Amino acid sequence: MAGLEDLYREIILDHYRNPRNRGELPVPPAHRTEGFNPLCGDEIVVYLSVTDGIVEDLRIGGQGCSISQSSASMMSAAVKGKTTAEARRTIATFKSMMSIHESTLDTSAGLASDPEIPEGVSSEDSGLDEDPSDELRPPSEAELTALGDLAALQGVVKFPVRIKCATLSWNTLAQGLDEIATSA
Amino acid sequence: MNTFDVAAIKADFPILQRCFNGRKIVYLDSAASSQRPEAVLDAMDTYYRTTHANVHRGVYAIAEEATRLFEEARHAYGRFVGAPDPAHEVVFTKNATEAVNLVAGTWGRANLGPGDHIVLTEMEHHANLVPWLMLSEQKGFSIRYIPVDRSGWLDLSDIDALLDGAKLLGVTLVSNVLGTLNPVAELAALAHAQGALVLADGAQFVPHMATSVTALGCDFLVATGHKMLGPTGIGMLWARRALLEEMPPFLGGGEMIRDVRLDGFTPNEVPWKFEAGTPPIAEAVGLAAALSYLEGLGMDAVRAHEIALTGYAMDALQHAYGDEIVLFGPDGPSNRGGVLSFAFKDLHPHDISQVLDAEGVCIRAGHHCAKPLMRKLDVSATARASFYVYNDEQDVEALVKALGKADELFGIG
Ligand SMILES: Cc1ncc(COP(=O)(O)O)c(C=O)c1O
Repeated sequence: MAGLEDLYREIILDHYRNPRNRGELPVPPAHRTEGFNPLCGDEIVVYLSVTDGIVEDLRIGGQGCSISQSSASMMSAAVKGKTTAEARRTIATFKSMMSIHESTLDTSAGLASDPEIPEGVSSEDSGLDEDPSDELRPPSEAELTALGDLAALQGVVKFPVRIKCATLSWNTLAQGLDEIATSA
Repeated sequence: MNTFDVAAIKADFPILQRCFNGRKIVYLDSAASSQRPEAVLDAMDTYYRTTHANVHRGVYAIAEEATRLFEEARHAYGRFVGAPDPAHEVVFTKNATEAVNLVAGTWGRANLGPGDHIVLTEMEHHANLVPWLMLSEQKGFSIRYIPVDRSGWLDLSDIDALLDGAKLLGVTLVSNVLGTLNPVAELAALAHAQGALVLADGAQFVPHMATSVTALGCDFLVATGHKMLGPTGIGMLWARRALLEEMPPFLGGGEMIRDVRLDGFTPNEVPWKFEAGTPPIAEAVGLAAALSYLEGLGMDAVRAHEIALTGYAMDALQHAYGDEIVLFGPDGPSNRGGVLSFAFKDLHPHDISQVLDAEGVCIRAGHHCAKPLMRKLDVSATARASFYVYNDEQDVEALVKALGKADELFGIG
């Protein structure tokens, strides 16, 4: 059985207690996107300020559990200052980290697996269309290393019910980037 | 005088002997679904091993026995809720949700239209909300809501205006979030004075205290087997016989007809008119066993135990955590069912229940299928512990201690 220490790593708790980039940005010029976890009612608001293809600034609002909050905090630190293309790559890597284990959960996780959550439901529920090939490709070692602190969230996949908590802010960010791209 | 031997009761429930991390599980989620005693498991197993056949059809011995067991279960539930005509007033459904859908889809469809309104409360479970929202979209009637006040009671200050001209009052007997024990008998009298019928949601009430549909004064009562030591897959609708007779059928198929021609059909008598297809037979047998188990304990004793344990838990939590814990719902355990929703420091309910799980304590975190109420309470979710016959003070102590662990881990506040 997966232990709590797999889920609540110190770095995760640190981001939860001291969230980075928390707050709002004036809209406009910033872009505001809301994400919602229908299962538990958690809400994430991502404020994005993108200029010349660079995520100049972003802020996180809303409320949720330690996993969704720390994931959002780490995400904000990871993509701030990056190009939107880099941000998208980080999103893809993170999401593949969150899903590679899902297919193996049936056999390995035993009691921890949740039959209520069919595979892939996290991306479907967010209402986003994602390229399934991207989802399924396991991240390389190099990509995992590049995730830095974010790799600490890997333990979440052992707790399938919580995967949606971890991916909420990322789906919201992806949606925000899409909205900005189409409105530009 | 304590005639309620919880240790002996616990021993009747195989699942409560199961260990995680070397500890027996502490099951505090009976409001979502209770566990079953050996007697229920045995009754169903024996039924399948020795008696199963389809009901109301065969003339051979086991088919007759199966039919008798099934109808006895109906009768037993009718008696359990004090039905005046227990053999004809109980309809078996899939769960409480389907029982509400049955009322909406038959009585509601036939009686509600533009210009009409019904009254529900802000604390209804989605089961007693969404079927009416769906029907109102089709039939164009409106829905008014009795508000919930800050202390978790229904705010009845505008009740006369709300009920004025209403066709139906739908109200939960016990809130599955706040635990509030609603004054349904008084509300039913007010509703009847306006000519409205009363649907009582007994999902959190019938399992926990002596029930009399005549004392409650309701016209419909719904409940669900799996929250009262019985199996999943069986729900119960009680309604006055005259009312059932007026209502059109619900689902169509075998069993619910008296005659079928190629150009039409004649429905069966009540209650079979509402039971299309093969019913939950083994589930009814299991339910009957659950009812006798509860009757063996005595429903007054079940309720007394619940009040005592809920009171103990409220005191223990407040003693241990003071202002850091917020208990939702009315003060005083006799004003509530065995449901305790709480907020603990700034900890998110998901995190609380995750840490409690590691301590072997099963509680619920989420919106408890009552999203409008969550909005009213201005929370996205609550943590909820709920108690039943097999819970004792040690289970409460385990909860209190496990909350301490959650506090240690997150270390804020
Ligand atoms: C108050 C209330 N009503 C209705 C229901 C629905 O019961 P079921 O899911 O068995 O239909 C529940 C159970 O969650 C409940 O707590």
